[in-house]
Amino acid sequence: MSSLVSDKPKAQPARPYDGPPDYRVVGQHGMYPQLSHDEISRFNFLAHVNRHLSTQIMPGVKEAFDARVEPKFMATQGRGFKDRHEVRKALLKDPMFQWWSALRRATMETRQQAGRWVTLRQADHLNAKAKALTEHDQRLKLKPDLPLPRYVEAIDHHCMPGSYHTELAEGDVTGPCNYDIGIFATTGGMLGRYNDGGGQAIAAWVKEALPDLKPQRILDIGAGLGHNVVPIAQAFPEAEVVAVDVGAPMLRYGLARAKTMGVENITFVQGDVSDLSDLADESFDMIHSCMFLHETSYASMPKIFAETHRLLKPGGIVFHVEQPQYTPEMPLFEQAMRDWDAFYNNEPFWTKMHEVDLDSWMVAAGFAPDKLIHGGVAAVVDPDVFPQAAQDTKQEDYGRKAAWHVVGAVK
Amino acid sequence: MSKIDPLVLAGAKSKGKRPYFLDTDVERLTNIVLVLAQELAVVRERTDTLERLLEQSGVLTRQEIETFTPTKQQADERGAWTQEYLARVFRVLQQEREALQAQEASSEEVADELAKV
Ligand SMILES: C[S@@+](CC[C@H](N)C(=O)[O-])C[C@H]1O[C@@H](n2cnc3c(N)ncnc32)[C@H](O)[C@@H]1O
Repeated sequence: MSSLVSDKPKAQPARPYDGPPDYRVVGQHGMYPQLSHDEISRFNFLAHVNRHLSTQIMPGVKEAFDARVEPKFMATQGRGFKDRHEVRKALLKDPMFQWWSALRRATMETRQQAGRWVTLRQADHLNAKAKALTEHDQRLKLKPDLPLPRYVEAIDHHCMPGSYHTELAEGDVTGPCNYDIGIFATTGGMLGRYNDGGGQAIAAWVKEALPDLKPQRILDIGAGLGHNVVPIAQAFPEAEVVAVDVGAPMLRYGLARAKTMGVENITFVQGDVSDLSDLADESFDMIHSCMFLHETSYASMPKIFAETHRLLKPGGIVFHVEQPQYTPEMPLFEQAMRDWDAFYNNEPFWTKMHEVDLDSWMVAAGFAPDKLIHGGVAAVVDPDVFPQAAQDTKQEDYGRKAAWHVVGAVK
Repeated sequence: MSKIDPLVLAGAKSKGKRPYFLDTDVERLTNIVLVLAQELAVVRERTDTLERLLEQSGVLTRQEIETFTPTKQQADERGAWTQEYLARVFRVLQQEREALQAQEASSEEVADELAKV
């Protein structure tokens, strides 16, 4: 029977495959939940939808902008756009932008539901596993009375119900677990096996830019569940890494996850990084944040920068990895598109953070202007299985592309 | 047992006012349709797994599926299923048609009528 097929030439695909890989390439560390066939299929579908939206539909927004949104504005106003907010408000009236936005928002919410179903149905099991891995471990330092910054409490960032801090049960880790397992779907697989393409890129960038740096102590501020600090801890196995976050579930899950990956040199500390007075002056060789500043506030940023200055040893390096800032050279259309997550994906500070001159903020915090550092990194992933952001010219997923800017300083 | 009910909590709303981009009813429906599309993809992928496993274990070949021709009896049964299915899907339109032929009072009107002494 089966000889019938094996004799046949292999079926030719209608076109070369260029979509996301199957979800099963995602790395299964020890805190990974059990996923059924259907649950995996949901993530596959959502990864495809996100890819489709960014490669097939979003270019239509630019086309509509050129063909009708901008001409209409010029015709009615007798002038061009003043700023990105005018562009966005004009786009909001265009069906192409409306439909792309409605679908993007719907996909985000559907992804949350898909992931939360997986983690909540096995909450007891996951929480018990995290407890067994972290109980009595000195590398988890929680501070249950820590007040939440207003900007964390005000809104659930990227439409993640409960955000980084909510505990549905004692010792809850279902929030970060949901975050972890769904990154593949949100990015269409662009961040690699352990969602750590950003962290891997940072590690590679540090080694190349600063070959002589042999950090003994590394501080990651706003480390979240630690997926981007793990590769840094692996790249500097001799270093003692401190990962700080306000969210207890993140830290609990982060330590458990790192341990099951065989990474033992990270301590997960609950704290507000605008006041790290528990940590001694000049006690770190390297301090960094990864996709963090855009979720803070103007009031806290100077304090955060000042803390990094205080904590850094002379000669030490600090840097922040973020999407590019809005500069006068960046077209207003691009700025408006990059603001999408700010206004429509619960990232309110994104738009404000991206308009400031980070250099001057660094200088105000005490860093010398001639000691500032600028760079760029793109996600480092296993190219055999994952799409590569650096090579990806087809997809400009404004604000979500797996490529970032680095702004920092040497003390 | 956990007090966490995934049926309720999986679909919980995130904190922050939700933006709408389309007519709100159209957008609500779009959200529902997206999930139906998702579940169709889920079933499609499961069938694909099934076919590949059946082929691997020598039960059938996918070529057999592609070239399968139902007998008259089988085709009629399948056609009947499709008819029934479409009748369910388009029930609301059928009833619109029936309503065209009828002169009907609303329940409010009937209630008022029935309350007359
Ligand atoms: C977008 S996540 C970034 C996580 C991680 N660095 C990454 O690479 O994905 C931002 C994190 O910063 C944390 N956070 C926000 N404000 C903070 C603060 N003032 N102090 C410490 N952590 C904070 C949040 O709890 C959240 O986990």
